[in-house]
Amino acid sequence: MTSDIILLGHGSGGTLSHQLLDELIIPLLSGVPSRDQNDAAVLAPVAGRLAFTTDSYVVDPLFFPGGCIGDLAVYGTVNDLAMAGATPLALSVGLILEEGLPVAVLQRVLEAMRDAATAAGVGIVTGDTKVVPRGKADKLFINTAGIGVLEHDLSFSGSGALPGDRVLINGSIGDHGMAVLACREGLELTGDLRSDCAPLHRLVAAMRSAGGAALHVLRDPTRGGVATTLKEICLQSQVDLLLEENALPVRPATAGACALLGLDPLFVANEGKLLACVAPDAVDAVLAAMRSLPEGAESCCIGEVTATGSGRLRLRTAIGGVRAIEMLAGEQLPRIC
Amino acid sequence: MNLTRAFRDPELARGQLSSIIRSVAGLDRTITLMEVCGTHTMAIYQHGIRALLPPQIRLISGPGCPVCVTPVGYVDHAVALARRPDSVVATFGDMVRVPGSSSSLLREQALGAHIHIVYSPLDAVTYAQAHPEVEVVFLGVGFETTAPTVAGAVVVAQQKQLSNFSVLCSHKTMPGPMAALAGDPELQVDGYLCPAHVSAVIGADAYRPLVDNFHVPCVVTGFEPLDVLQGVAMLVQQVLSGSAKVEIQYSRVVKAAGNQKAQALLQQVFEPCDARWRGIGDLPQSGLRLRPAFAAFDAARKLTVSVEAPRESPGCLCGEILKGKVRPTDCPLFRNLCTPENPVGACMVSSEGTCAAEYKYGS
Repeated sequence: MTSDIILLGHGSGGTLSHQLLDELIIPLLSGVPSRDQNDAAVLAPVAGRLAFTTDSYVVDPLFFPGGCIGDLAVYGTVNDLAMAGATPLALSVGLILEEGLPVAVLQRVLEAMRDAATAAGVGIVTGDTKVVPRGKADKLFINTAGIGVLEHDLSFSGSGALPGDRVLINGSIGDHGMAVLACREGLELTGDLRSDCAPLHRLVAAMRSAGGAALHVLRDPTRGGVATTLKEICLQSQVDLLLEENALPVRPATAGACALLGLDPLFVANEGKLLACVAPDAVDAVLAAMRSLPEGAESCCIGEVTATGSGRLRLRTAIGGVRAIEMLAGEQLPRIC
Repeated sequence: MNLTRAFRDPELARGQLSSIIRSVAGLDRTITLMEVCGTHTMAIYQHGIRALLPPQIRLISGPGCPVCVTPVGYVDHAVALARRPDSVVATFGDMVRVPGSSSSLLREQALGAHIHIVYSPLDAVTYAQAHPEVEVVFLGVGFETTAPTVAGAVVVAQQKQLSNFSVLCSHKTMPGPMAALAGDPELQVDGYLCPAHVSAVIGADAYRPLVDNFHVPCVVTGFEPLDVLQGVAMLVQQVLSGSAKVEIQYSRVVKAAGNQKAQALLQQVFEPCDARWRGIGDLPQSGLRLRPAFAAFDAARKLTVSVEAPRESPGCLCGEILKGKVRPTDCPLFRNLCTPENPVGACMVSSEGTCAAEYKYGS
């Protein structure tokens, strides 16, 4: 690369664009030689239903403890495929770069994407790059889309929860949102706040093998956190669900940061967590399968679907009170005192 | 060591609850206790405490949410300042959604105003120092919990000789409104759960006049569920024995004389003034304004803007709710026209507001 910053010309389609692609993006992300580069990637035929999803990533800051926008862009889409029960096959990457972005920053993000794709075992097969004038975007936005294959006949959806189902999660809640918030706002908090971003498709495969059709619902509680996702499940499945506050895994650093800012970890984003509703007789087997993998080592049961109903989500508090949980109107706002 | 968990111990909570239930068994009257502080309101909802208490004990929420008691005219003033092309309004997050007469800071931000959410008033000073080309106006809202930090920020700004930092001041003090409500015959407050962190600054002795003049029991209470239950138990004991004194449940933080350093800082920077409380009205000497020596940091004196005439939303019962006279569910707007997505009144906006708590946690 002749320039150390991104110029408008890098999105022009001319020689600067080719230089960016051939010297940075392609070698890091796909390694396809230029003679094989075409307008679309052609994928080999596969047996099974296909899952297809897309997501855009605009996180600020780009880098935070535990990951960066590049990890999120790969794992987020891999996880959306995983929640449908699919094995990820291929990803596309759309980059929107702000003029003036240091090439070194882009390189770090692309390296993270490469490593994440390798870790998830998925190929990045097609992509696009645009450059917008300075001030028209915030440094770097990424869109990824993903295709996955369902090598089984099971279906997972938010509407599948049944009374008696136990609600499982694969570890602590709220870590990603608090790590990003603390980093963005420059909060000098002591303690180990780290994003939990991680791929979940292997965990899902293990759960599927152990639970089969007893695995009713799979969702990843990203934006809006565990509370919002569970409320959606309650409404979609028309069931009432009771969470146990004592069972909710919250790491001390996250709990402390939330308490300080007046935020509820139940509404804080996660990037490496899944929620599952599982029939009671399969719970032990599914939990054992989850705990056998590193990303599921801290799996536990946090609540139960109590009845068919109007979609009420409630929490039994640590001291034995019961309260309702509703979705938030907008973002949680740090309070005055 | 997990400090939070210790104050949420289910066994201890059960023990405390059964002793409260025993103490009022057979009582044929209602004991009305007011939690003054918004954080208490949140804690009571968040831990489901109201439903655990026996029917003889009624908890009502008072005027202790700083956002909620801020008059609509103040929001209008902040909106007018935000519209100035060269100003940045720095604020704690929960002020941005509060509706003014015709706009809010959130709306102004969407229209291009520069609103900067901070976690400490000192962050606003740092921002002003780094951006000399703009006027940074910090929204000074809150009780004695936050006011010392704002006073500290003003002192730092003065030391740094910043000419582009100012405060739009609407700080309020306790226990003025508690006295106003204690004297309200419609309310009949039997006891106050006094605010925890305000009391850490002003000291528990600040409630002595309240006890002496109105014979109303006061217990300074912490925010964890076991704190609240113990505070309720202590108040119930006082009510049943006919006594009225100031007690400190939250003794791990609050002292009788309070935090004298913080008090000195408040004294140095602010002077008492009359203040308007949303819902309660004008209360003499219940607010704080910057002393003349700090006039250069007073946004209201320094920056001339035209502020629209304040207009309260018709039908909104926030005023009555803030006085504990009606419950959110009594308001015809609640859940219909007034929701967290589209708040009509301030009690729905702040996360500590009674209506927001009822909406979020009520059944």
